[in-house]
Amino acid sequence: MRRWLSVFLVGGNLAYRGLFNWIHPAIYIPTMLGAPLFQLIFFTKLGQFAHAENRDFYIVGNSIQACAMSSVYGMTMAVANERWFGTLGPLLASPASRSAVFLGRGLPVLANGIFVSTFTFVIGVVLLGFRPGLHSVPSLALIVLVTVVSCTAFGMLLGSIGLRAKDFFFAANLAYFLMLLFCGVNIPLGTLPGWMSAIGRCLPLTHGITAAREVAAGAPLGHVGGLVGTELGIAAAYALAGLVLFRVLERESRRSAVLDAY
Amino acid sequence: MNSLLVIAGGFRMNMKMLGTSAWFLLMAVIQPIIFATIAYYMFRSGGRSGTLLYASLGAGMMGVWSSTLFGSGGMIQWQRWQGTLELGAAAPPSMGLVYLPFSLANSFTGMYALAATLVWGRLLFGVPLHFAHPWLFLLSLPATVAALGLMGLVLASTFILYRHANALSNLLEYPVWIASGLIFSTSLLPGWTRPISWILPPYWGVLAIRHAALGGDVRGPLAMVTLLGLACLVIGFAMFRVFEHFARARATLSLT
Repeated sequence: MRRWLSVFLVGGNLAYRGLFNWIHPAIYIPTMLGAPLFQLIFFTKLGQFAHAENRDFYIVGNSIQACAMSSVYGMTMAVANERWFGTLGPLLASPASRSAVFLGRGLPVLANGIFVSTFTFVIGVVLLGFRPGLHSVPSLALIVLVTVVSCTAFGMLLGSIGLRAKDFFFAANLAYFLMLLFCGVNIPLGTLPGWMSAIGRCLPLTHGITAAREVAAGAPLGHVGGLVGTELGIAAAYALAGLVLFRVLERESRRSAVLDAY
Repeated sequence: MNSLLVIAGGFRMNMKMLGTSAWFLLMAVIQPIIFATIAYYMFRSGGRSGTLLYASLGAGMMGVWSSTLFGSGGMIQWQRWQGTLELGAAAPPSMGLVYLPFSLANSFTGMYALAATLVWGRLLFGVPLHFAHPWLFLLSLPATVAALGLMGLVLASTFILYRHANALSNLLEYPVWIASGLIFSTSLLPGWTRPISWILPPYWGVLAIRHAALGGDVRGPLAMVTLLGLACLVIGFAMFRVFEHFARARATLSLT
């Protein structure tokens, strides 16, 4: 257990530092903070122009969705970049627990996602006049945490595909943009056709965003317990699916000798 | 004559390269369709269904800008990674001329975005494709796309010295969508942003295209977008010359 935890915590941290050694303020600030800031302004103004929903609807939706940039791209890169850097072979030749290796990579990504979401909420408060009420801040924080976990788990699944897929960035980009459309970030689920909202309900973000909107509007945490629980269930399902897929693709890659092949 | 050959050859070459890129397909077709769909639903839920053509044109223009931005931002970086940037700099034509056709090809690839959002809107949302001034629309579109390509040339020139061009590209997508009023009116923005909008070719370009489609004065915005496009051409060439000189003098062209 101690070894598992060591690989999970220390290994995950080292892997993140190694795989993302190119990240420094000149890249991080424009990409991880600048882009969500302007995305928030864009959709809030678009909503205002379209006379669609109120301002808080867009602030909550986009602030939570902002974590997807870290979670989806981060987790995809946390796995797929091993192949890019040529370190996938040695990693998979090690006897380390795959679940520790795999889940450990999610921890720094998770922390980053929480930071980006929090930053976007703060921008909403400072620039757009978002005032959720102090009593709802702890509940909002918990919902953000659960939703970022769920997004990170989804990123794990996409990252696993990166073990084999050649153009994994295409899949990550596509997933990111589709989440904007399907997860009720800027459109109420009730406005979408039934099949689209059904897909949205199977994705991360959707229930978390709905819960956060209710809490921001003054509802107590207990009132949205079901939504938060569903989001957690989705997180567990995606994490499990990602881990299973990782193992399956690892075995298949070994069997067909295509581990480092592009 | 030689310059025209360089432009035609570079344009053709880059169009072929972009045509094989799945990522560009995402940028030029899929992403604009997703944004157009979001805009359609937002406009519909706000009871502004009559403005769906407005949303189509705006989302298409957003795609043109994304293609230009990521294409031009990536152009120098990709050449750097592939080791061909030095060849471009050492070629007999000026560096600006070498990269002008690449930048134009990036923005013209973005025209797929406009086609995609118009077809998508027509087929799935029944957006009426009745243009108030069809001939002026056909004139405004290439003028705007070319101006965006020339704006991309200015951006690309600055990326010669900047190691993290891709990060800057990530940042600049939404601000230009916002400041140019591509899908909503800039009157919603604070007054101090107005001069920023005025110096952006896409601001005038989308006005020309929108007025050609929905009615309104086309010639004024069209003249402005043409003028700003030419200004970008001059600035782009001058900046390429200056930044190329710096990069050579400091031996930092490859930035590796």
